[in-house]
Amino acid sequence: MTEAAETFTPPTRFAVPGRIAVSEQAAAVWQTATITQVRRETPHAATFRLAVPGWAGHLPGQHLMLRLTAEDGYVAQRHYSIASAPDDSGHIELTLDHVEGGEVSGWFHTVAEPGDTVEVRGPLSGFFAWPGDRPALLVGAGSGVVPLMSMVRHHRARGLDVPLRLLVSARGPEELIYAREYGAETTPVFTRRAPEGVPVGRMAAAHVAPLLAEQPPGGWEAYVCGSNGFAEHASRLLVAAGQPVHRIRIERFG
Amino acid sequence: MNVTRGFTGRPRVRNAALPPGQYDAGDDWPVLSAEVTPELTPAEWSLRIDGLVEEPRGWSWEEAHELPGSVYEGDIHCVTSWSKFGVRFGGVSLDAFLHMVRPHVSATHAVAYSHTGYTTSLPLADLTGGRAWIAWEYDGRPLAAEHGGPARLLVPHLYFWKSAKWIAGLRILDHDEPGFWEQNGYHARGNPWEEQRYRGD
Repeated sequence: MTEAAETFTPPTRFAVPGRIAVSEQAAAVWQTATITQVRRETPHAATFRLAVPGWAGHLPGQHLMLRLTAEDGYVAQRHYSIASAPDDSGHIELTLDHVEGGEVSGWFHTVAEPGDTVEVRGPLSGFFAWPGDRPALLVGAGSGVVPLMSMVRHHRARGLDVPLRLLVSARGPEELIYAREYGAETTPVFTRRAPEGVPVGRMAAAHVAPLLAEQPPGGWEAYVCGSNGFAEHASRLLVAAGQPVHRIRIERFG
Repeated sequence: MNVTRGFTGRPRVRNAALPPGQYDAGDDWPVLSAEVTPELTPAEWSLRIDGLVEEPRGWSWEEAHELPGSVYEGDIHCVTSWSKFGVRFGGVSLDAFLHMVRPHVSATHAVAYSHTGYTTSLPLADLTGGRAWIAWEYDGRPLAAEHGGPARLLVPHLYFWKSAKWIAGLRILDHDEPGFWEQNGYHARGNPWEEQRYRGD
Protein backbone atom coordinates (compact mmCIF):
# COMPACT_ATOMS: atom_id res chain seq x y z
CA MET A 1 0.00 0.00 0.00
CA THR A 2 1.00 3.56 -0.59
CA GLU A 3 2.00 5.70 2.36
CA ALA A 4 -0.52 8.43 3.16
CA ALA A 5 2.20 11.06 2.85
CA GLU A 6 2.66 10.17 -0.80
CA THR A 7 -0.96 10.78 -1.74
CA PHE A 8 -1.06 14.53 -1.81
CA THR A 9 -3.53 16.50 -3.88
CA PRO A 10 -3.08 20.27 -3.73
CA PRO A 11 -6.05 22.29 -2.56
CA THR A 12 -8.10 24.12 -5.18
CA ARG A 13 -6.59 27.49 -4.48
CA PHE A 14 -8.53 29.85 -6.71
CA ALA A 15 -11.95 29.23 -5.24
CA VAL A 16 -13.37 27.65 -2.17
CA PRO A 17 -15.19 24.50 -3.25
CA GLY A 18 -18.40 23.86 -1.48
CA ARG A 19 -18.79 27.45 -0.30
CA ILE A 20 -21.79 27.93 -2.52
CA ALA A 21 -24.38 25.22 -2.47
CA VAL A 22 -25.68 24.39 -5.93
CA SER A 23 -29.19 23.05 -6.12
CA GLU A 24 -29.07 19.73 -7.91
CA GLN A 25 -32.75 19.81 -8.67
CA ALA A 26 -32.84 23.36 -10.04
CA ALA A 27 -29.86 22.67 -12.28
CA ALA A 28 -31.41 19.54 -13.77
CA VAL A 29 -34.84 20.81 -14.79
CA TRP A 30 -35.77 22.81 -17.89
CA GLN A 31 -38.36 25.45 -17.13
CA THR A 32 -40.45 27.64 -19.41
CA ALA A 33 -39.58 31.33 -19.15
CA THR A 34 -41.77 34.07 -20.62
CA ILE A 35 -40.27 37.31 -21.88
CA THR A 36 -42.09 40.15 -20.10
CA GLN A 37 -39.97 43.14 -21.10
CA VAL A 38 -37.19 44.16 -23.48
CA ARG A 39 -34.99 47.13 -22.59
CA ARG A 40 -32.33 48.52 -24.89
CA GLU A 41 -29.07 49.15 -23.08
CA THR A 42 -26.70 50.13 -25.91
CA PRO A 43 -26.86 49.92 -29.73
CA HIS A 44 -25.63 46.31 -29.44
CA ALA A 45 -27.01 45.09 -26.11
CA ALA A 46 -30.49 44.70 -24.68
CA THR A 47 -31.90 43.36 -21.44
CA PHE A 48 -34.59 40.68 -21.56
CA ARG A 49 -36.74 40.29 -18.47
CA LEU A 50 -38.10 36.78 -18.01
CA ALA A 51 -40.88 35.49 -15.80
CA VAL A 52 -39.80 32.10 -14.44
CA PRO A 53 -42.50 31.05 -11.97
CA GLY A 54 -40.53 28.07 -10.62
CA TRP A 55 -37.20 29.91 -10.28
CA ALA A 56 -35.39 28.58 -7.21
CA GLY A 57 -33.44 31.80 -6.71
CA HIS A 58 -29.80 32.50 -7.49
CA LEU A 59 -26.71 34.17 -6.18
CA PRO A 60 -25.14 37.15 -7.96
CA GLY A 61 -22.60 35.87 -10.51
CA GLN A 62 -24.36 32.62 -11.35
CA HIS A 63 -25.42 31.73 -14.88
CA LEU A 64 -28.08 29.63 -16.54
CA MET A 65 -28.44 27.58 -19.68
CA LEU A 66 -30.96 28.78 -22.21
CA ARG A 67 -32.51 26.69 -24.96
CA LEU A 68 -34.34 27.59 -28.17
CA THR A 69 -36.11 24.94 -30.23
CA ALA A 70 -36.90 25.17 -33.95
CA GLU A 71 -40.00 23.57 -35.49
CA ASP A 72 -37.99 20.64 -36.86
CA GLY A 73 -36.68 19.88 -33.38
CA TYR A 74 -33.28 21.57 -33.84
CA VAL A 75 -32.08 22.89 -30.51
CA ALA A 76 -29.58 25.65 -29.70
CA GLN A 77 -28.43 26.16 -26.14
CA ARG A 78 -26.10 28.71 -24.58
CA HIS A 79 -24.86 29.73 -21.16
CA TYR A 80 -25.76 33.27 -20.08
CA SER A 81 -24.91 35.17 -16.93
CA ILE A 82 -27.81 36.44 -14.87
CA ALA A 83 -27.91 40.25 -14.73
CA SER A 84 -30.53 40.79 -12.06
CA ALA A 85 -30.01 40.64 -8.32
CA PRO A 86 -31.77 37.85 -6.47
CA ASP A 87 -35.27 38.94 -5.49
CA ASP A 88 -38.61 37.32 -4.86
CA SER A 89 -40.36 38.66 -7.96
CA GLY A 90 -40.24 35.38 -9.92
CA HIS A 91 -38.34 37.27 -12.62
CA ILE A 92 -34.76 37.22 -13.79
CA GLU A 93 -32.98 39.42 -16.34
CA LEU A 94 -30.41 38.58 -19.00
CA THR A 95 -28.44 41.18 -20.94
CA LEU A 96 -27.36 39.92 -24.33
CA ASP A 97 -24.96 41.35 -26.87
CA HIS A 98 -26.10 41.01 -30.45
CA VAL A 99 -23.32 38.71 -31.65
CA GLU A 100 -22.53 38.90 -35.38
CA GLY A 101 -24.14 35.79 -36.91
CA GLY A 102 -25.20 34.56 -33.46
CA GLU A 103 -28.16 32.23 -33.81
CA VAL A 104 -29.42 32.62 -30.23
CA SER A 105 -28.56 36.29 -29.61
CA GLY A 106 -29.77 36.98 -33.16
CA TRP A 107 -33.19 35.54 -32.34
CA PHE A 108 -33.38 37.62 -29.16
CA HIS A 109 -32.43 40.84 -30.92
CA THR A 110 -34.49 40.47 -34.09
CA VAL A 111 -37.47 38.25 -33.23
CA ALA A 112 -38.13 38.11 -29.48
CA GLU A 113 -40.87 40.20 -27.96
CA PRO A 114 -42.87 40.15 -24.73
CA GLY A 115 -45.04 37.04 -24.57
CA ASP A 116 -42.50 34.76 -26.28
CA THR A 117 -41.31 31.76 -24.33
CA VAL A 118 -37.88 30.15 -24.08
CA GLU A 119 -36.52 27.41 -21.83
CA VAL A 120 -33.99 27.82 -19.05
CA ARG A 121 -32.30 25.59 -16.52
CA GLY A 122 -30.40 26.83 -13.54
CA PRO A 123 -28.97 28.61 -11.74
CA LEU A 124 -25.75 26.80 -12.55
CA SER A 125 -22.29 26.78 -11.01
CA GLY A 126 -21.23 28.34 -7.76
CA PHE A 127 -17.61 29.29 -8.28
CA PHE A 128 -18.19 32.78 -9.72
CA ALA A 129 -21.01 33.56 -7.30
CA TRP A 130 -20.69 36.32 -4.72
CA PRO A 131 -23.13 36.01 -1.83
CA GLY A 132 -22.11 39.40 -0.45
CA ASP A 133 -19.91 38.05 2.31
CA ARG A 134 -16.46 39.33 1.28
CA PRO A 135 -15.03 42.56 -0.07
CA ALA A 136 -15.33 42.27 -3.84
CA LEU A 137 -13.22 43.84 -6.55
CA LEU A 138 -15.08 43.46 -9.84
CA VAL A 139 -13.34 43.88 -13.18
CA GLY A 140 -15.27 43.54 -16.42
CA ALA A 141 -15.33 44.52 -20.08
CA GLY A 142 -18.16 44.75 -22.57
CA SER A 143 -20.97 42.36 -21.69
CA GLY A 144 -18.60 40.84 -19.10
CA VAL A 145 -20.11 43.38 -16.76
CA VAL A 146 -23.41 41.45 -16.68
CA PRO A 147 -22.73 39.03 -13.77
CA LEU A 148 -20.81 41.80 -11.97
CA MET A 149 -23.87 44.07 -12.22
CA SER A 150 -25.91 41.41 -10.48
CA MET A 151 -23.43 41.75 -7.60
CA VAL A 152 -23.60 45.58 -7.60
CA ARG A 153 -27.40 45.47 -7.62
CA HIS A 154 -27.41 42.89 -4.82
CA HIS A 155 -25.05 45.06 -2.77
CA ARG A 156 -27.36 48.02 -3.24
CA ALA A 157 -30.65 46.20 -2.74
CA ARG A 158 -29.50 44.67 0.54
CA GLY A 159 -27.73 47.80 1.73
CA LEU A 160 -24.54 45.78 2.34
CA ASP A 161 -21.60 47.61 3.83
CA VAL A 162 -18.92 45.11 2.73
CA PRO A 163 -16.63 47.03 0.32
CA LEU A 164 -17.39 46.67 -3.39
CA ARG A 165 -15.60 48.27 -6.37
CA LEU A 166 -16.25 47.91 -10.08
CA LEU A 167 -13.80 48.64 -12.88
CA VAL A 168 -15.63 48.42 -16.19
CA SER A 169 -14.17 48.77 -19.66
CA ALA A 170 -16.13 49.77 -22.78
CA ARG A 171 -15.15 51.07 -26.18
CA GLY A 172 -17.02 54.30 -25.64
CA PRO A 173 -19.70 55.87 -23.43
CA GLU A 174 -22.52 54.78 -25.78
CA GLU A 175 -21.39 51.15 -25.43
CA LEU A 176 -21.19 51.19 -21.65
CA ILE A 177 -23.91 48.79 -20.49
CA TYR A 178 -25.92 49.98 -17.44
CA ALA A 179 -24.22 53.43 -17.65
CA ARG A 180 -27.03 55.20 -15.80
CA GLU A 181 -26.96 52.78 -12.88
CA TYR A 182 -23.36 53.17 -11.75
CA GLY A 183 -22.49 55.03 -8.60
CA ALA A 184 -19.38 55.90 -6.63
CA GLU A 185 -18.31 52.23 -6.58
CA THR A 186 -17.64 52.27 -10.34
CA THR A 187 -14.74 53.49 -12.46
CA PRO A 188 -15.42 53.30 -16.21
CA VAL A 189 -12.48 52.86 -18.59
CA PHE A 190 -12.95 53.87 -22.24
CA THR A 191 -10.71 52.27 -24.84
CA ARG A 192 -11.68 54.14 -28.04
CA ARG A 193 -13.83 57.19 -27.32
CA ALA A 194 -14.38 59.01 -24.05
CA PRO A 195 -16.32 62.01 -22.84
CA GLU A 196 -14.54 65.39 -22.83
CA GLY A 197 -11.71 65.41 -20.31
CA VAL A 198 -11.67 61.64 -19.73
CA PRO A 199 -8.57 59.80 -20.98
CA VAL A 200 -8.87 57.11 -23.67
CA GLY A 201 -6.96 53.86 -23.32
CA ARG A 202 -6.80 50.28 -22.21
CA MET A 203 -7.27 49.28 -18.60
CA ALA A 204 -3.88 49.72 -16.96
CA ALA A 205 -1.93 49.35 -13.74
CA ALA A 206 -2.95 52.89 -12.82
CA HIS A 207 -6.61 51.80 -12.62
CA VAL A 208 -5.88 48.77 -10.47
CA ALA A 209 -3.19 50.11 -8.14
CA PRO A 210 -5.35 52.52 -6.11
CA LEU A 211 -7.91 49.78 -5.43
CA LEU A 212 -5.26 47.35 -4.23
CA ALA A 213 -3.66 50.11 -2.17
CA GLU A 214 -6.86 50.44 -0.14
CA GLN A 215 -7.03 46.81 0.97
CA PRO A 216 -10.15 46.10 3.02
CA PRO A 217 -9.83 43.82 6.06
CA GLY A 218 -9.33 40.28 4.76
CA GLY A 219 -8.35 41.56 1.31
CA TRP A 220 -10.29 41.62 -1.94
CA GLU A 221 -11.95 38.71 -3.66
CA ALA A 222 -11.46 39.58 -7.34
CA TYR A 223 -14.01 38.67 -10.03
CA VAL A 224 -12.92 39.14 -13.64
CA CYS A 225 -15.34 38.72 -16.53
CA GLY A 226 -15.01 39.38 -20.25
CA SER A 227 -13.46 38.01 -23.42
CA ASN A 228 -10.48 35.72 -22.97
CA GLY A 229 -8.14 38.48 -24.18
CA PHE A 230 -9.51 40.89 -21.60
CA ALA A 231 -9.51 38.26 -18.85
CA GLU A 232 -5.83 37.47 -19.50
CA HIS A 233 -4.92 41.17 -19.50
CA ALA A 234 -6.95 42.10 -16.43
CA SER A 235 -5.87 39.09 -14.37
CA ARG A 236 -2.20 39.86 -15.13
CA LEU A 237 -2.74 43.46 -14.00
CA LEU A 238 -4.25 42.22 -10.76
CA VAL A 239 -1.42 39.77 -10.10
CA ALA A 240 1.20 42.40 -10.93
CA ALA A 241 -0.50 44.76 -8.45
CA GLY A 242 -0.27 42.18 -5.69
CA GLN A 243 -3.63 40.39 -5.78
CA PRO A 244 -3.03 36.69 -4.90
CA VAL A 245 -3.78 34.34 -7.82
CA HIS A 246 -5.92 32.12 -5.65
CA ARG A 247 -8.24 35.03 -4.95
CA ILE A 248 -9.02 35.79 -8.57
CA ARG A 249 -12.02 34.10 -10.17
CA ILE A 250 -12.39 34.37 -13.92
CA GLU A 251 -15.37 33.94 -16.18
CA ARG A 252 -14.27 33.98 -19.81
CA PHE A 253 -16.72 34.42 -22.63
CA GLY A 254 -15.92 31.53 -24.95
CA MET B 1 -41.22 19.84 -27.66
CA ASN B 2 -41.35 23.49 -26.74
CA VAL B 3 -41.01 25.30 -30.10
CA THR B 4 -39.63 28.85 -29.94
CA ARG B 5 -41.69 31.21 -32.12
CA GLY B 6 -39.74 32.38 -35.14
CA PHE B 7 -36.57 30.44 -34.29
CA THR B 8 -35.06 28.58 -37.20
CA GLY B 9 -31.41 28.34 -36.15
CA ARG B 10 -28.45 28.29 -38.46
CA PRO B 11 -28.76 26.58 -41.83
CA ARG B 12 -27.66 23.07 -41.03
CA VAL B 13 -26.66 19.77 -42.44
CA ARG B 14 -27.10 16.78 -40.19
CA ASN B 15 -23.72 15.99 -38.74
CA ALA B 16 -23.60 12.60 -37.06
CA ALA B 17 -20.35 13.61 -35.31
CA LEU B 18 -22.05 16.41 -33.38
CA PRO B 19 -23.37 15.29 -29.97
CA PRO B 20 -26.86 16.51 -28.98
CA GLY B 21 -27.07 20.15 -27.95
CA GLN B 22 -23.67 21.03 -29.42
CA TYR B 23 -22.69 23.36 -32.26
CA ASP B 24 -19.62 23.38 -34.47
CA ALA B 25 -17.21 26.08 -33.25
CA GLY B 26 -15.35 25.97 -36.57
CA ASP B 27 -11.91 27.54 -36.29
CA ASP B 28 -12.61 28.98 -32.83
CA TRP B 29 -11.18 27.39 -29.74
CA PRO B 30 -12.78 29.18 -26.80
CA VAL B 31 -10.80 29.41 -23.55
CA LEU B 32 -12.85 28.60 -20.47
CA SER B 33 -10.56 28.27 -17.46
CA ALA B 34 -11.72 29.68 -14.14
CA GLU B 35 -8.29 30.67 -12.84
CA VAL B 36 -5.36 32.87 -13.77
CA THR B 37 -3.33 31.27 -16.58
CA PRO B 38 -0.12 30.09 -14.89
CA GLU B 39 3.31 30.94 -16.26
CA LEU B 40 4.70 27.44 -16.15
CA THR B 41 7.79 26.44 -18.13
CA PRO B 42 8.51 22.87 -19.26
CA ALA B 43 11.42 22.83 -16.76
CA GLU B 44 8.98 23.61 -13.94
CA TRP B 45 6.38 21.12 -15.12
CA SER B 46 6.12 17.66 -13.58
CA LEU B 47 3.57 14.89 -13.43
CA ARG B 48 2.92 12.59 -10.50
CA ILE B 49 0.70 9.52 -10.23
CA ASP B 50 0.03 8.10 -6.80
CA GLY B 51 -2.75 6.78 -4.59
CA LEU B 52 -3.81 3.16 -5.06
CA VAL B 53 -0.85 2.14 -7.21
CA GLU B 54 2.04 -0.29 -6.73
CA GLU B 55 4.74 2.23 -7.52
CA PRO B 56 3.82 5.89 -7.13
CA ARG B 57 6.16 8.09 -9.12
CA GLY B 58 6.77 11.35 -10.86
CA TRP B 59 8.07 12.40 -14.27
CA SER B 60 9.93 15.50 -15.33
CA TRP B 61 9.33 17.04 -18.77
CA GLU B 62 12.33 15.12 -20.16
CA GLU B 63 11.31 11.83 -18.55
CA ALA B 64 7.76 12.11 -19.88
CA HIS B 65 9.11 12.80 -23.37
CA GLU B 66 11.16 9.61 -23.30
CA LEU B 67 7.94 7.58 -23.36
CA PRO B 68 6.60 6.50 -26.77
CA GLY B 69 4.71 9.32 -28.46
CA SER B 70 1.01 9.06 -29.23
CA VAL B 71 -1.34 11.27 -31.23
CA TYR B 72 -5.05 11.99 -30.85
CA GLU B 73 -6.86 13.04 -33.99
CA GLY B 74 -10.56 13.65 -33.67
CA ASP B 75 -13.13 15.91 -32.03
CA ILE B 76 -13.51 17.67 -28.68
CA HIS B 77 -16.68 18.82 -26.92
CA CYS B 78 -17.21 21.51 -24.28
CA VAL B 79 -20.17 21.51 -21.90
CA THR B 80 -20.84 25.16 -22.81
CA SER B 81 -22.08 23.64 -26.11
CA TRP B 82 -19.29 24.10 -28.64
CA SER B 83 -17.58 21.19 -30.34
CA LYS B 84 -14.41 21.34 -32.38
CA PHE B 85 -13.80 18.90 -35.18
CA GLY B 86 -10.59 17.41 -36.51
CA VAL B 87 -8.15 18.53 -33.84
CA ARG B 88 -4.71 16.97 -33.49
CA PHE B 89 -2.91 16.66 -30.17
CA GLY B 90 0.50 15.09 -29.58
CA GLY B 91 1.79 13.65 -26.33
CA VAL B 92 1.87 10.28 -24.62
CA SER B 93 -0.98 7.86 -23.98
CA LEU B 94 -1.93 7.83 -20.31
CA ASP B 95 -1.73 4.03 -20.52
CA ALA B 96 2.06 4.37 -20.77
CA PHE B 97 2.18 6.22 -17.44
CA LEU B 98 -0.33 3.96 -15.70
CA HIS B 99 1.54 0.88 -16.92
CA MET B 100 4.55 2.07 -14.94
CA VAL B 101 2.72 2.76 -11.65
CA ARG B 102 0.40 -0.29 -11.85
CA PRO B 103 -2.96 0.64 -10.28
CA HIS B 104 -4.33 -1.76 -7.68
CA VAL B 105 -7.19 -4.06 -8.70
CA SER B 106 -9.36 -2.13 -6.23
CA ALA B 107 -8.79 1.17 -8.11
CA THR B 108 -11.95 2.57 -9.72
CA HIS B 109 -11.55 6.35 -10.00
CA ALA B 110 -8.99 9.10 -10.27
CA VAL B 111 -8.72 12.74 -9.36
CA ALA B 112 -6.69 14.73 -11.87
CA TYR B 113 -5.17 17.89 -10.46
CA SER B 114 -3.48 20.86 -12.06
CA HIS B 115 -0.52 22.99 -11.11
CA THR B 116 -3.12 25.70 -10.38
CA GLY B 117 -5.05 23.54 -7.91
CA TYR B 118 -7.89 22.76 -10.33
CA THR B 119 -9.25 19.25 -9.88
CA THR B 120 -11.53 16.96 -11.87
CA SER B 121 -12.69 13.44 -11.07
CA LEU B 122 -13.00 10.56 -13.52
CA PRO B 123 -13.79 6.85 -13.58
CA LEU B 124 -10.50 5.01 -14.14
CA ALA B 125 -12.08 3.18 -17.09
CA ASP B 126 -12.26 6.52 -18.94
CA LEU B 127 -8.52 7.03 -18.54
CA THR B 128 -7.37 3.65 -19.87
CA GLY B 129 -7.61 1.70 -23.12
CA GLY B 130 -6.09 4.38 -25.36
CA ARG B 131 -8.72 7.00 -24.55
CA ALA B 132 -6.66 9.49 -22.53
CA TRP B 133 -3.38 11.34 -23.10
CA ILE B 134 -0.93 13.69 -21.50
CA ALA B 135 -0.78 16.19 -24.38
CA TRP B 136 1.81 18.90 -25.04
CA GLU B 137 1.40 19.59 -28.73
CA TYR B 138 -1.52 21.01 -30.65
CA ASP B 139 -1.47 20.97 -34.43
CA GLY B 140 2.25 20.18 -34.37
CA ARG B 141 3.15 23.11 -32.11
CA PRO B 142 3.72 23.41 -28.35
CA LEU B 143 0.38 23.66 -26.56
CA ALA B 144 -0.41 27.31 -25.71
CA ALA B 145 -0.53 28.26 -22.02
CA GLU B 146 -4.18 29.36 -22.20
CA HIS B 147 -5.08 25.91 -23.53
CA GLY B 148 -3.17 24.14 -20.76
CA GLY B 149 0.44 24.23 -21.94
CA PRO B 150 3.03 23.07 -21.32
CA ALA B 151 0.94 19.90 -20.79
CA ARG B 152 -2.68 18.99 -20.15
CA LEU B 153 -4.73 15.88 -19.62
CA LEU B 154 -6.76 14.99 -22.72
CA VAL B 155 -9.88 12.83 -22.42
CA PRO B 156 -11.64 13.71 -25.67
CA HIS B 157 -14.60 11.36 -25.33
CA LEU B 158 -15.81 13.31 -22.27
CA TYR B 159 -16.76 17.00 -21.93
CA PHE B 160 -13.61 19.04 -21.90
CA TRP B 161 -13.69 20.18 -18.25
CA LYS B 162 -12.39 16.64 -17.56
CA SER B 163 -9.26 17.37 -19.64
CA ALA B 164 -7.45 19.22 -16.83
CA LYS B 165 -5.14 21.96 -18.11
CA TRP B 166 -1.62 22.34 -16.63
CA ILE B 167 -1.86 18.74 -15.42
CA ALA B 168 0.23 18.08 -12.32
CA GLY B 169 -0.90 14.65 -11.25
CA LEU B 170 -3.41 11.89 -10.86
CA ARG B 171 -4.42 10.35 -7.59
CA ILE B 172 -5.84 6.85 -8.05
CA LEU B 173 -8.75 5.99 -5.73
CA ASP B 174 -11.24 3.23 -4.98
CA HIS B 175 -14.15 5.70 -4.85
CA ASP B 176 -15.36 8.84 -6.62
CA GLU B 177 -14.06 12.07 -5.10
CA PRO B 178 -15.73 14.99 -6.91
CA GLY B 179 -13.41 17.63 -8.38
CA PHE B 180 -13.86 21.37 -8.90
CA TRP B 181 -16.75 21.45 -11.38
CA GLU B 182 -18.22 18.21 -10.05
CA GLN B 183 -18.54 19.95 -6.66
CA ASN B 184 -20.05 22.92 -8.48
CA GLY B 185 -22.98 20.97 -9.86
CA TYR B 186 -21.51 19.32 -12.94
CA HIS B 187 -21.97 15.67 -13.85
CA ALA B 188 -19.70 12.98 -12.37
CA ARG B 189 -18.89 11.45 -15.78
CA GLY B 190 -19.69 14.03 -18.50
CA ASN B 191 -20.41 11.92 -21.58
CA PRO B 192 -21.35 14.37 -24.39
CA TRP B 193 -23.37 11.74 -26.28
CA GLU B 194 -25.64 11.31 -23.28
CA GLU B 195 -25.65 15.03 -22.49
CA GLN B 196 -24.32 14.44 -18.99
CA ARG B 197 -23.83 18.14 -18.32
CA TYR B 198 -25.07 18.63 -14.79
CA ARG B 199 -25.60 16.42 -11.78
CA GLY B 200 -28.88 14.63 -12.25
CA ASP B 201 -28.66 14.47 -16.08
